[in-house]
Amino acid sequence: MVKKDLRPPNLNITPEDYKELTTQLSPKPTLLKNTLLAFLIGGLICSIGQVFVNFYMIYGGLPPLSASTAGTASLIVIGAVLTGLGVYDDIVKVGGAGAILPVTGFANSMVSPAMEYKKEGYVFGVGAKLFSVAGPVLVYGISSSIVVGFIYYIVGLVR
Amino acid sequence: MGSKKVGNQTIVFENGPYIISGHTIAGPMEGQGPLAASFDTILKDTSDGEKSWERTESKMLEKAMREVANKADIPLDSVDYLLAGDLLNQIISSNFAARQIGLPFIGLYGACSSMALSMAMGSMLIDGGFGSKVICSASSHHETAERQYRLPTEQGNQRPMYGQWTVTGAGGVLLSDSGTGPKVTTATIGRVIDYGETDVNNMGAAMAPAVADTIINHLNDLQRQADYYDLIVTGDLGSVGLQLLLKVLEKNNVKIPNNFNDCGVMIYNTEQDTHAGGSGCGCSAIVFAGHLLKKVYAGNLKKILFIGSGSLHSPTSALQGETIPAIGHAVSIEV
Repeated sequence: MVKKDLRPPNLNITPEDYKELTTQLSPKPTLLKNTLLAFLIGGLICSIGQVFVNFYMIYGGLPPLSASTAGTASLIVIGAVLTGLGVYDDIVKVGGAGAILPVTGFANSMVSPAMEYKKEGYVFGVGAKLFSVAGPVLVYGISSSIVVGFIYYIVGLVR
Repeated sequence: MGSKKVGNQTIVFENGPYIISGHTIAGPMEGQGPLAASFDTILKDTSDGEKSWERTESKMLEKAMREVANKADIPLDSVDYLLAGDLLNQIISSNFAARQIGLPFIGLYGACSSMALSMAMGSMLIDGGFGSKVICSASSHHETAERQYRLPTEQGNQRPMYGQWTVTGAGGVLLSDSGTGPKVTTATIGRVIDYGETDVNNMGAAMAPAVADTIINHLNDLQRQADYYDLIVTGDLGSVGLQLLLKVLEKNNVKIPNNFNDCGVMIYNTEQDTHAGGSGCGCSAIVFAGHLLKKVYAGNLKKILFIGSGSLHSPTSALQGETIPAIGHAVSIEV
């Protein structure tokens, strides 16, 4: 998107050519490596979650649904603690979306603003900015679940 | 009137000020980089005992200001003006540091070009006879910049390979109308140039045309070739921006001898994984007032063109989809 109304510089290169040059010279993300690492780290986090779920079912005697809720809660605690220790951002650096998408990533996006904005006080710091990262996920996650739920309801009526 | 201005944008100082001292304070990560030996102080951690990183940054800047006067062995009270700039909203690091010092203060905002801008303005003040001693300084802090411009510091994310790492550092120089050694001989004030870059992670690409424009005007105004200088050093274009700059200069028929470098490229090792290099006001401030100034004092460099590069966007403008305007300010230092 190049705006034509900006005062044109006298350099002997057009914005279009410059854009092309920029694309050429900017290093590309290492897609294959990133995808593979995301798969491994994401898989690892989910496997750990599964270990918790099985543990709660076998040794805790919880029914499957409660066990998976407890497993999720355990992952949230782990994600929150690792964020507090300053480790989780390093895990995401390697794992990318594999570490952002699981619920541990959600914990990271809640705990990191809470830590960060405490310096600005509990009301206008933590209170106002707690959802600065997770907020959009919640807004659109909840909105889309309402839409899907509505469709599900209509489909149920028709059948 | 007008005799000091040459060509379109350049000022040739009649009585160019001497750079009589420089002081640098660097963060822990910069202290592990290749220029570690050139920094006066290296912080052990990024907060340095303060309750907020903003306070740390301001303290670093204040210390740099005090130390340049100390090193030159002149009382702080005999300094006529304090010039400083930083990246934070309302340039609080500079304002708060100046509050502690209590000298006449001119706050500057040129984003990452602030160090070069402060030196250009300081030289004008001295050459114009408005004062005899001026402190020129700038600072940035990785964490304060990160939380203002991007995300909470512990929030996990993957930075693109062309992204740059904001330097934690504060640097200052003391300009004086008397003394010996290197002098600021010319300054070229940059124009704001926008080539339509919208990616705030690719600031090198946003700034390279502005820097190219300033260099071309500087060379044209003074009818010099690039090989006049031992070193042409840009502020914080990073590895991508530096390549782009050379390409743009080439297309504009500037002969490029092998004397270009960039503070953002020099400050970190590739193993430090900062991707395209350093950025922030502190980047060019500590590389210039530390590494480069020491080389000039030692006689290893005699003629330097130092071009600070700043990208003049804000988090708001970026979210609203505006392109990134950029600027480059040049000062030449000659022994």
